[in-house]
Amino acid sequence: MAYTEEELKKELETKEYEYGFYTDIESDTLPKGLNEDIVIAISKKKEEPDWMTEWRLEAFRAWKEMEEPEWANVTYNKPDFQDISYYSAPNKKPKYNSLDEVDPELLETFKKLGISVDEQKKLAGVAVDIVMDSVSVATTFKKTLAEKGIIFCSISEAIQEHPELVKKYLGTVVPQKDNFYAALNSAVFSDGSFCYIPKGVRCPMELSTYFRINQAGTGQFERTLVVADEGSYVSYLEGCTAPSRDENQLHAAVVELIALDDAEIKYSTVQNWYPGNDEGKGGVFNFVTKRGLCEKNAKISWTQVETGSAVTWKYPSCILKGDHSIGEFYSIAVTNNFQQADTGTKMIHLGKNTKSTIISKGISAGQSQNSYRGLVQVNSRAENARNFSQCDSLLMGNRCGAHTFPYIEVKNKTAQIEHEATTSKIGEDQIFYCNQRGIDTEKAIALIVNGFSKEVLNKLPMEFAVEAQKLLEISLEGSVG
Amino acid sequence: MDLKEKLVSSFLAFEDGLDLDHPVHEERSNAIKNFETKGFPTKKDEAWKYTSLRGLQKVDFSIFPKQETTLEYKDVKKYFLHEIDTYKIVFVDGVYSSYLSETTHDGVDICLMSSAFSKPMFKQVIEVYFNKVASKDESLTSLNTAFSKEGAYIYIPKNKMPKKPIQILHLATGNEAALMLQPRNLIVAEDNAEVQIIERHQSLTGNEVFTNSVTEIFAGKDAIVDYYKVQNDEPTASLVDNTYISQKNSSVVRVHTFSLGGKLIRNNLNFYQNGERIDSTLKGVTILGDKQHVDHHTLVHHAQPNCESHQDYKGIFGDSSTGVFNGKIIVDKIAQKTDAFQQNNNILLSDRSTINSKPQLEIFADDVKCSHGCTIGQLDEEALFYLRSRGIPKKEAKALMMYAFANNVLESVRIPELKARINKIIAEKLGVRMGFDL
Repeated sequence: MAYTEEELKKELETKEYEYGFYTDIESDTLPKGLNEDIVIAISKKKEEPDWMTEWRLEAFRAWKEMEEPEWANVTYNKPDFQDISYYSAPNKKPKYNSLDEVDPELLETFKKLGISVDEQKKLAGVAVDIVMDSVSVATTFKKTLAEKGIIFCSISEAIQEHPELVKKYLGTVVPQKDNFYAALNSAVFSDGSFCYIPKGVRCPMELSTYFRINQAGTGQFERTLVVADEGSYVSYLEGCTAPSRDENQLHAAVVELIALDDAEIKYSTVQNWYPGNDEGKGGVFNFVTKRGLCEKNAKISWTQVETGSAVTWKYPSCILKGDHSIGEFYSIAVTNNFQQADTGTKMIHLGKNTKSTIISKGISAGQSQNSYRGLVQVNSRAENARNFSQCDSLLMGNRCGAHTFPYIEVKNKTAQIEHEATTSKIGEDQIFYCNQRGIDTEKAIALIVNGFSKEVLNKLPMEFAVEAQKLLEISLEGSVG
Repeated sequence: MDLKEKLVSSFLAFEDGLDLDHPVHEERSNAIKNFETKGFPTKKDEAWKYTSLRGLQKVDFSIFPKQETTLEYKDVKKYFLHEIDTYKIVFVDGVYSSYLSETTHDGVDICLMSSAFSKPMFKQVIEVYFNKVASKDESLTSLNTAFSKEGAYIYIPKNKMPKKPIQILHLATGNEAALMLQPRNLIVAEDNAEVQIIERHQSLTGNEVFTNSVTEIFAGKDAIVDYYKVQNDEPTASLVDNTYISQKNSSVVRVHTFSLGGKLIRNNLNFYQNGERIDSTLKGVTILGDKQHVDHHTLVHHAQPNCESHQDYKGIFGDSSTGVFNGKIIVDKIAQKTDAFQQNNNILLSDRSTINSKPQLEIFADDVKCSHGCTIGQLDEEALFYLRSRGIPKKEAKALMMYAFANNVLESVRIPELKARINKIIAEKLGVRMGFDL
């Protein structure tokens, strides 16, 4: 919080949604609508092998039979799936060998995003795979990673170059028919990231993917697959933005994590899709399926900061299959204006001595609705399973809502489950205390919200934590009367 | 014929014996229509996700008992709380037994729904209160409304209090191979009135019984209602208990549910707070074994400011038993300064037992104190060791700890004799003599 209040105010006045610019890059867009031909066309465009095309078609056929889920605590106008273009790639895409060859306009975009590729390269050693309108446009640091045997590339490249790995793991954690949006994604995903960490390798840098929807009327369907082989470690970051538009855009991603024996995956997300304007118009529908599978002694940790999207529907889950495996979920979900978020996690305890921790912080302001929905399931053979869940909600004003829907299903007597939830508001005494010490109300609230979210923010990698903190402040601007 | 069809067609026969011009009859007709459209809830309904009624629907239940049975008091004495003097409303196979009952019209009305429906002096109360808080949408409640004819009617006027507690006892003799009962109770405590009620459903044989009961409770300003449900039935008896409570300013309603036996028990306990400074208490102890199944669904709807609610449900599950807890707290926009607390603690004793818990909060007001806690675990090994090191045998030590676990709920029982009785049943369930009077 290096801003003075004046500066912050000025900045906020000028930028409603910081990332709401639109880059005019010629793009190669398929006609709107969805049928088998489109699915085949996408697959053709990606020059995919036959087994992949078949895999997509299988998913598409399953999707046609499925109905959109309605159980989530959100209301919205359902997207018309025939009115979306399922493929939009920035045009003129030769294979670049160095950054100099990249379309300068594209580079300009990245600069605006504040993640200029070369800057990143110089800076902290973060390898970034940028996915714009669902096609991967740049992967940095590939060579450095390759020395360690780490594969980090776009998923379409992986399908070409490492078909055996993709074939082996794709769809094993989130099957094609898992749910409506996962099936849709399986049929039409146009790109995403693939990451493989070989046995015993500790990934030397944070891997990062950056998603952006640019073209109007397109949906973003990216697919991420992270495989950590035995004894390896990786920390993976994901960031999202989209330009401001009046119509709703659809984002339906699938993320699969596989942590083999003794491996550890840390997956962090800062989601800042366009939330719609302050009258609730526009914004991104964010319907995401994220799931991880833990083998013996493995650990998967999800951390998410959700500040954007008009509607969020997202449950990063852990299947604790191996004995002694660990699942963690740390989440901050902030909703303002007319945003709706229904988010949480599922912890499925199958192995013995498995542990899971859930810390969820919901902050609702304006006229938004914020729900936590979670499942903790202990199978009858999961001896000594342990879970701790904590869901705290902070309400600002009386036009918003906070909801918790925790499901706890236990079939083993040795399980130890604790669940706690609280709902509160920022105390007048807390603000008074801050005021008394010369901190104005606006700052005091930022301070208190920060403290409220600290447990989760601490779990984020450093660079992300700073950005997330800033995002929290911006998202809640003007919500306090 | 499946049970739904049977019930719908029985409705015509049921109508035969009724005054069709009575205003209540329209409610019945609407209700049967609703049930006909909705049918029995299935596992696909979110509220019935963990409890299936399929098994029950396969049983060929008699809807009306074929014969009247008289019972001797000495045979059923043990099911009464006989240590203290009480008013009694007793039904045998759904039919009122005047021989076993003790009713009154002395200042307060403690009598029957059938007389309340037919006698003009009760007409006004029926018009104002009957089916006013019970759901018109929920299918099993509708089914009960359609067949509403008999049950307990308790009316306590302003500033009155009955001289003694009231017992409502539903006995099933088992003369029918399988019997379905649908008692309907109406309890009205006007402003500043107070009443204590104990309700029990008891089957006397191993024949199948399915009770679908609806109770409506209205608490006026400053009224105090204590309601105790004792559910310690035979392993062939199933119960769906729907209780709807409407409270006005500064009233206090406490409902204690002791689910200690039965085949399938489903409690739908709904509190609607329609005033300020209301206090609602929902407490329950569940101790199950065998293949028993108990499902507690609670709803507390805070619709006005400055109210409180306290929920505390403890469960101990052995053998292949299943426990379900689904607690929902809704706080409306205007219900500022609400203080809602919900707790659900469970102990699993066996590898085959299951607990499904879903404590929900839906909050729309910002200046509230709402929290819930839910735990599932075992008895603390160290505490157990401590007791054993002081010469208490393992079994007793365990029982002692389980007793202590459930005690929070028993503490607030305001009839000492009932408390002693529940203690006795718990001790029996746990298979020990406590060695001290609790």
